Amino acid sequence: MSEIENKTEHGSMDGATACAAGDPKNDTGLGLGVIFFIVAFLICFLSGWLLFPKLLYSKHEQPFNFDHVLHVEEAGSCDACHFLREDGTFSGIPKMVSCLECHTDEPMGDTPDELIFAREYVAKEREVPWFVYAKQPDCVFFSHAAHINAAGMDCKTCHGPIGETRTSRPYEENRLTGYSRDIWGKNIWGIKKNSWDRMKMNDCAKCHEQETGHKGYCFQCHK
Amino acid sequence: MKVDRRSFLGLGLGAVAGIAISPVGAKLTDDLSIWTQNWPWTPVPPDGEITYDHSVCSLCPGTCGITVRKIDGRPVKVEGRDTYPVNNGGACLHGIAGLQYLYDPSRVRTPLRKINTRFVPVSWEDALSLVADRLGELREKQTPEALACITDTDQGSVAGLFKHFMAAFGSPNLLTMPDLESWLAKAAETLHGSGHTLGFDLDHADFVLSFGAGLIDGWGSPVACFKAVAGRKQRDAKLIQFEPRLSNTAAAADKWIPVNPGTEADLALAMCGVLLRENLFEPEFADGFKGGFMRFNAMVQEKYPVEAVADLTGVPAVIIEETAIAFAKAKMPVALPGKGRGDGAQSLKEFAAVHTLNCLVGNINKKGGTFVRQNTDYLDFPYPVQDAVARKGMAAPRQAASVQELTARINQSGESELKVLMVYNANPCYSLNDPSSIRTAFEKIPFKVCFSSFMDETAMVSDVILPISTFLERMEDVPSKAGFAGSVVGLAKPVVNPVFDTRSPGDAVIQIARALGGTLSQSFGWRNYEACLEEVAAGIWDDLIRQGYAVLLNPFPAEPVTTDFAFLAENPETIQPAGEYEFTLIPIDNIGITTTVPASSPFAIKTVSDRIIKGQDMFVEINPQTASGLKDGGFVTLTTPAGSARVRVDFNDGIMPGVIGMVKGLGHRFDNKYVAGKGVNVNDLISPVIEPGSGTDAAFGVKAGISRA
Repeated sequence: MSEIENKTEHGSMDGATACAAGDPKNDTGLGLGVIFFIVAFLICFLSGWLLFPKLLYSKHEQPFNFDHVLHVEEAGSCDACHFLREDGTFSGIPKMVSCLECHTDEPMGDTPDELIFAREYVAKEREVPWFVYAKQPDCVFFSHAAHINAAGMDCKTCHGPIGETRTSRPYEENRLTGYSRDIWGKNIWGIKKNSWDRMKMNDCAKCHEQETGHKGYCFQCHK
Repeated sequence: MKVDRRSFLGLGLGAVAGIAISPVGAKLTDDLSIWTQNWPWTPVPPDGEITYDHSVCSLCPGTCGITVRKIDGRPVKVEGRDTYPVNNGGACLHGIAGLQYLYDPSRVRTPLRKINTRFVPVSWEDALSLVADRLGELREKQTPEALACITDTDQGSVAGLFKHFMAAFGSPNLLTMPDLESWLAKAAETLHGSGHTLGFDLDHADFVLSFGAGLIDGWGSPVACFKAVAGRKQRDAKLIQFEPRLSNTAAAADKWIPVNPGTEADLALAMCGVLLRENLFEPEFADGFKGGFMRFNAMVQEKYPVEAVADLTGVPAVIIEETAIAFAKAKMPVALPGKGRGDGAQSLKEFAAVHTLNCLVGNINKKGGTFVRQNTDYLDFPYPVQDAVARKGMAAPRQAASVQELTARINQSGESELKVLMVYNANPCYSLNDPSSIRTAFEKIPFKVCFSSFMDETAMVSDVILPISTFLERMEDVPSKAGFAGSVVGLAKPVVNPVFDTRSPGDAVIQIARALGGTLSQSFGWRNYEACLEEVAAGIWDDLIRQGYAVLLNPFPAEPVTTDFAFLAENPETIQPAGEYEFTLIPIDNIGITTTVPASSPFAIKTVSDRIIKGQDMFVEINPQTASGLKDGGFVTLTTPAGSARVRVDFNDGIMPGVIGMVKGLGHRFDNKYVAGKGVNVNDLISPVIEPGSGTDAAFGVKAGISRA
């Protein structure tokens, strides 16, 4: 048998065996392919769910811990500190001047947080640079007065039970958009269980549709 | 087992499948779309509590009430203050851009001292003691009159403090920059005696005869004038504009009558002649005529016959007659002097001639007329404590009546008699005609102190610059002026803490006086400027604090007025522009460009048409009839006795043939990329001509040649 004939004969035989799925000895390519598929799938799937949120958001601790429970007990209600101004605008996070209605540069308790507040901020006449969990972007106009006074909503509907917290959770900021994580929601898939879990445009529109029968117009919020 | 193509395929597919059913795709798509809508590098102004502070704008003599909108104490917007007696809610483009001056790139941020040719920062204490030492030397040598001081105005308590300082120091050489207020005061003084000034009730007048007054181009109190012009139609009031070019005011007028530049005084005198000839003057008011009324009458009949004046002015005789008669027959006529903004180089003869029309028709101190009133004197400064040195200095003759007369005198002498010069809120090295001669004179004065917020042309030639807080950062009384009918004093209040290491000018003067010690210190016993203001303005202080302003005169002056015709009866010479060229170059006031201190804001300069300034090149207006050989938009060289400039031409049928119009306020040469380096300063091209009667530059223009560049 010439060399050429020999090669042709074996070549055709090789092709036949390679196509036969039942032969474990020659099933190397497909088997590795499956393994590579599974490994890559698992790595990417798990990264997407577990690592991606960690990479997407940067965490910032608040300047010091804030005990809402204690303050609600002392001050009475949310609007003792988060009030509507005379002109209808919302005061948001209280300024130092509000804090000083009760506090002085002498710590009122013996917690380390109170000490930081008194020494670093009251004594130095600096505003506390709080991170605002519920901060909406600049392109959104939102009137607290319209929702609280006209619609009679309570704070919890949008802000959740923050008044019942004793500690300040870290603020998470989206590295791409700069938004607070609370806007998209804690759930990375955007699934919400409570009305306050997510506060994107569709959430506004959904509630408006339920309550007023219309989603509202662009310019109502994007002025 | 070996790794082959299929393995990589598996790897890729696995990765894609894994990512596809993770939240990465959906989340990143959303985030990226948000990112593209809210660029994170775009600054977002912080939110906060909105408050409003009332104050008064002192950027120009308009003295409008302003309301400053603040967010958490940070000023974000300037608006006109509703119900303020001057502007009643209105504001001009310079006022609303006032915040830009806080952060202006040319602001002087700390006291500066010139060492060799460079400025170095020094502390306020060092700067003040340096100034006090140099001033102290003059008093030790018993030559206090070797100090001169130039201020922007003589109104208000800061100018009052400089006056008080000069009196206590012992120098009579206190000069103010020529503005509409000073020209009106000169005209009133000439015709009605010293201590008077003029106001015009434009809100009610039914026939306004304007001799080039740019009522909507920045004349007087600009916003008050805008409103008066805008309300004209409802009142059925007429506005007749004599002007060599179709300015915005001329375009808004009922009639624009072109007049050869510089002949406005002749025109007014010819119209006086018509009124006298036709017996159309008010006999009751004429009882107060004195000082050569008959001589004046004879003079105008002889020297200003209508036909001759028609040839001179380019206004047809019939128009002169008709307009004069219509003016006299109107119920509430007012004639307005002051070309453009009415500041800078103007003619006393022209002011007096135009105001004589008002006097002849007798609509004086009546509704819709001209108010001849005493200078409002609400400030009660104590008499300065003077020692023998000060008394000797004050007895010395005053060096000059105007800044230009002073600088001309210095330039003519070998060595300057003046040894120290203080300049407050004025920029004579830019805003007067032929500023290079002013700079030359200043350089001969050994020590110059500039009280300025900005590093402008005058600050640059100074030896010490004391940085002054802007009008938004300091307290000051701001009296209404410049032809405004009423008399209102506003209180400017600091709406923001000084952005840089600056002080109130009043405080700086008090501190210099204190550092000098002796009688100077005794004359300035106040703790600070605010304490001084409270004391000297005690009569109106409660009003100032309670409502932010005090109304001094309401509704109009009642005292009898006499009119002295002696000045005009002598037929003073009409000023002729310098040079022998074919064209007459005249400066133009544009509402978007400031011509004194401060220079225009970046916002204001952006409002100027690109037929005035385009990039670095400026345009001059020329009538196509007299522009043969030139191309619209082409470059030309303008040549005058004072200098030459390369500019572009703007063919404009709205300017008289033979006249070239060039906007004022451009061509600054200091470090401000928004405003400086654009175009040419028209003042560089105009040679001053001192008018004998006023001692002040009255060059309304200059002769100019034009050739293709």
